[in-house]
Amino acid sequence: MTQPVIEAMDIVRILGEGAWRVEALRGINLSLRGGQLTLLMGPSGSGKTTLLSVLGCILSPTQGTVRVLGRATTGARPEELAELRRRHVGFIFQSYHLFPTLTAVENVRLVLDVRGERSRRARAKADAALAAVGLSHKTRSFPRELSGGEQQRVAIARAIVGDASAILADEPTGALDSENGHAIMTVLAGIAKDPSRAVFVVTHDPRILPFADRIVRIEDGRIVGEERAGIEPARAQSANHLG
Amino acid sequence: MPLIFTLASRNLFHDRVRFVATVVGIVFSIVLVAVQLGLFLGFERMITTMIDHSQADLWIAPAQTKSFESTSMLDGRERFQALAVEGVTAAVPVMIGFAYWRKSDGSAAPVFLIGVEPGGLQPWDLAEGSLEDLSAPGAVAVDRSYFERLGVARIGDIAEIRDQKARVAVVTRGVRSFTTTPYVFTTIDRARDYMGASPNKATYFIVRIAPGASAAGVRRELTARLSDAEVLTSDEFRRRSRSFWLFGTGAGAALFASAVLGTIVGTVIVAQTLYSSTKDHLNEFATLRAIGSSRNYIYRVILWQALLSAIIGFSIAAGISWALVAATRDTALPIVMTPGLTVGLFALTLFMCALSAISAITVVTRIDPAMVFTR
Repeated sequence: MTQPVIEAMDIVRILGEGAWRVEALRGINLSLRGGQLTLLMGPSGSGKTTLLSVLGCILSPTQGTVRVLGRATTGARPEELAELRRRHVGFIFQSYHLFPTLTAVENVRLVLDVRGERSRRARAKADAALAAVGLSHKTRSFPRELSGGEQQRVAIARAIVGDASAILADEPTGALDSENGHAIMTVLAGIAKDPSRAVFVVTHDPRILPFADRIVRIEDGRIVGEERAGIEPARAQSANHLG
Repeated sequence: MPLIFTLASRNLFHDRVRFVATVVGIVFSIVLVAVQLGLFLGFERMITTMIDHSQADLWIAPAQTKSFESTSMLDGRERFQALAVEGVTAAVPVMIGFAYWRKSDGSAAPVFLIGVEPGGLQPWDLAEGSLEDLSAPGAVAVDRSYFERLGVARIGDIAEIRDQKARVAVVTRGVRSFTTTPYVFTTIDRARDYMGASPNKATYFIVRIAPGASAAGVRRELTARLSDAEVLTSDEFRRRSRSFWLFGTGAGAALFASAVLGTIVGTVIVAQTLYSSTKDHLNEFATLRAIGSSRNYIYRVILWQALLSAIIGFSIAAGISWALVAATRDTALPIVMTPGLTVGLFALTLFMCALSAISAITVVTRIDPAMVFTR
């Protein structure tokens, strides 16, 4: 089995203080491996997005350890975490978060630009990433000129252009109709075929279950089960160490 | 074009109303500062214009003279004492003082008389007549811009000063007084008559030094011999006049205060618009942070925005300021714009916009990339 791209061990994350204190994650263990599309499903408030943020080095865990390509993030300063995100993690957001004043290709290039890649090759990579999501004819379009599905595909191109090892998506089909949602998941499933890339999708959209290699369920900050394609579902008692 | 510059410029131009407000703030501020400092420079030049045109090596002036317009008098023997000093080739008297110019219709206007002698201070920028014409009986030189005030219209027109005839024989162009009282040039003897001063009296003596003579040595010798007078270099006399008119009267402080106020107002306006622009783009800055950009990258976006605002605002402000310079060129107090002031104003604009960016940078310093999941 390949080395985990991202590995979370005994993750506890507490949000808020005093009366507002919430234990959002309670002892999570999870590994994301290359060549796998993992779905994280659970009801609202179960800790899905918090876990995605911790795995993506946006939030630091209150307890436990996150490793990105074997490197522990414990004690890392905000700029070091930003560096990890810049090099190894690609994000896809439910509301796309494209820059409205930049064209599709500029939105994609931005990921390379923040890494200091500004050569012609970087431009070619951005064009190639858009071509990979079927948008080579829309490179000069602004987000307002694109449909929701097209905007999400630009967001995917932005996530993959930097050759990130982990693609983390937060409800990527949440704002799309079923046809566009299907198209987006087809793209993500294609990316997950690359053995060097792990794709992790937070969702509560049951329509996308067929695309998953693995489905992890979370409730009240705990992983309560896991299913793998073609394998009987694992139950809560095995949730401590999922990998 | 670098993408960071594209992002900054499009952020800036995206909201046109805010962009216009930012530019108007910068333009208002810089034009205000340019006008105040330009007036200051103009005032400064006008104050020393007589000293500048005298090209004196040294000045013999009554003790405690505060400015060129001081009207204390020397008794005249200083001239001979000066000429007795080795290295002095000439000591040319200048007589100044206020008098009343009685027009042909009987009304009167105050004038500032300047009595001159060849080899000393002379009227310049002559539009009509020549310096020799001043030697004719009753001849005076006045500036064309004062014709209406003095009730004259051409060469040969007559007026009276202290019941004595004054005939316009020479006309200058742009020789104006910052005090708004018209200058009237005439010969030293006639000036004494117009002011009722005794023969030999003078306000100043302009000292010329022989080529190769030591100005410092001549000055030391003159100072030792002239116990009731001061010996000043032209630079000292300029500084003393400027100091009196600009700071002794408070005029310079008022101009400076307005310039500082303009800078503060401009900084606040730009800071406010940059701050609100940053707040509006907070989601995008959070996205940048989430995709791994460093804080420095975001600061650079904001600073580019500030720099662009500065360049555009300054360009417009400079155009308006140059138009004002042209419009005031022939007035009593022209606005002066030097290359140094232009460069200084651009530096001030950059500084103002960079300072303004701090408020926006403070906002993004606290940005939480996790907010991209909640919006």
